[in-house]
Amino acid sequence: MASIRDEGAAGILLEVAAEIVANRAPLSEIDGLIGDGDHGVNMAKGFGRAAERIDAEDRLSSAMRTLSDVLMAEIGGSMGPLYGMMFAAMADSLERAGTLDAATFGQMLRAGLEGIEEIGQAKVGDKTLLDAFVPALSAYDAALAQGQDFAAALDVLAHEAAAGRDRTVDMVARIGRAARLGERSRGVADAGATSCALILTTLSRGVARRL
Amino acid sequence: MQRFLNNPDDIVDETVAGFVRAHDDLVRLDQGNPRVVVAHGAGQPGRVGIVTGGGAGHEPAFMGYAGRNMVDAVAVGELFSSPTAKSFLDAIRAADGGAGVAVLYGNYAGDNMNVRMAAKMAAAEGIEVATVVANDDVCSAGPDERERRRGVAGEIFMWKIGAARAARGGTLAEVIASAQKAIDSCRSVGVGLAPCTLPAVGHPNFQIEPGTMELGIGHHGEPGMRVAPLGRAEAIATEMTGLVLDDLPPPEAGRVAVLVSGLGATAMNELYVLYDSIATAIEARGLRIERTLVGNYFTSLDMVGATLTVMALDDELSELLDTDCACPALLQERRV
Repeated sequence: MASIRDEGAAGILLEVAAEIVANRAPLSEIDGLIGDGDHGVNMAKGFGRAAERIDAEDRLSSAMRTLSDVLMAEIGGSMGPLYGMMFAAMADSLERAGTLDAATFGQMLRAGLEGIEEIGQAKVGDKTLLDAFVPALSAYDAALAQGQDFAAALDVLAHEAAAGRDRTVDMVARIGRAARLGERSRGVADAGATSCALILTTLSRGVARRL
Repeated sequence: MQRFLNNPDDIVDETVAGFVRAHDDLVRLDQGNPRVVVAHGAGQPGRVGIVTGGGAGHEPAFMGYAGRNMVDAVAVGELFSSPTAKSFLDAIRAADGGAGVAVLYGNYAGDNMNVRMAAKMAAAEGIEVATVVANDDVCSAGPDERERRRGVAGEIFMWKIGAARAARGGTLAEVIASAQKAIDSCRSVGVGLAPCTLPAVGHPNFQIEPGTMELGIGHHGEPGMRVAPLGRAEAIATEMTGLVLDDLPPPEAGRVAVLVSGLGATAMNELYVLYDSIATAIEARGLRIERTLVGNYFTSLDMVGATLTVMALDDELSELLDTDCACPALLQERRV
């Protein structure tokens, strides 16, 4: 069965970090349209700082732990605790599993989602990162249930995360800073859904390439 | 615009460094956390500690309100971004004198999350924490949804009154009650004339077309409720006053305190021009202005614009507002 080991897989998280850093300007741009424009700057700062403390040969789980610590202790905002909780829960799950196969990868993402839900108050449809994360994970599970292999399910995950992000364009924000705008928040993608889609896409492609 | 910058990514650290150097008679940096500013005398045994925090870029808020008979410890976040839970926790620890800590902060998703996490961690260490969440910005949600409104410059009155209650030996419950009453008695509105720029981004993230203004703009440039043609100062002042007073429960005996704050790049003289018409509009409603603050008390980087905050006063709030205090942003001695 296709799988990768936790050991030596930290390079995957370095790719995620590089993707976030590369998207610093567009993420801030999107956030500025209906938020305060700091999303890209703070995300790039957190992921960039974590990357400096991660070696490509580290365990992927310990790289996730390092990223979580930086986000929670040094970045703050709302994305610091949300992604911080997500990566901490994913690190726990991966540590227990030791390897990532189709099942344990899904479990890791499920744990990450639960980490977010533990402190956030958003629901699907509120125009948040959940609108990229939740449908992508459901589609991943469904693909496996239909008998697709790990690599194919990872591809589904990446596509659905991007599709979920795109659907936030037509949503009205119901939580966070943009929520105060009501109808005026329609017409722009959510910044959190955009960064979440970047994370999930890069993560799934990174795993798929190493299978 | 030309700016005084080194590396834009270091701007918050450098701001805090300059701030504690300039005001070392009143504040110091926390020993373990460079994003926590602590007032001299914080953690006095038996006195309730006062903590606040918020994103940087609002200077002199939030750290400028750390001082004697004011806030004991302030958590500082990135520009326009909530401080970490760890920074709020370290601020709570620094402010704790064994009588509990009141965290008085503004209603933003990130601050809510990080304060909640910090309060949980502090409770695990045996520190009693209670909170008041400021929601004085009238344009950020309707009157039936006050719990969704943002906190803005009314927070200054909330800190002043909560801290004065603590200085007079109030219990945690009494401090919370006074601070809550203060913010419940405050209403604010902002008007933006030109957008602000995060230095690391380098250009404004939203636009205000020349000849227009955003009525109800937020402290981070959250779009206002309405874009209107830029009127004369008198007309803007009248509109701002109306928005605030129509939402404010009628003050006891018609007494109010008024705060007009620039948003960062509006000249002081314009703030006085605005205040003159605001005072006229307030007095035209039969209200009496007992206290006035006009200046850059709570800014939004280099935004052009101003906020108006009106607080309805009663004997308790008036007396607490008059309590001596000394912090970098506000020096107040007892009136004779």
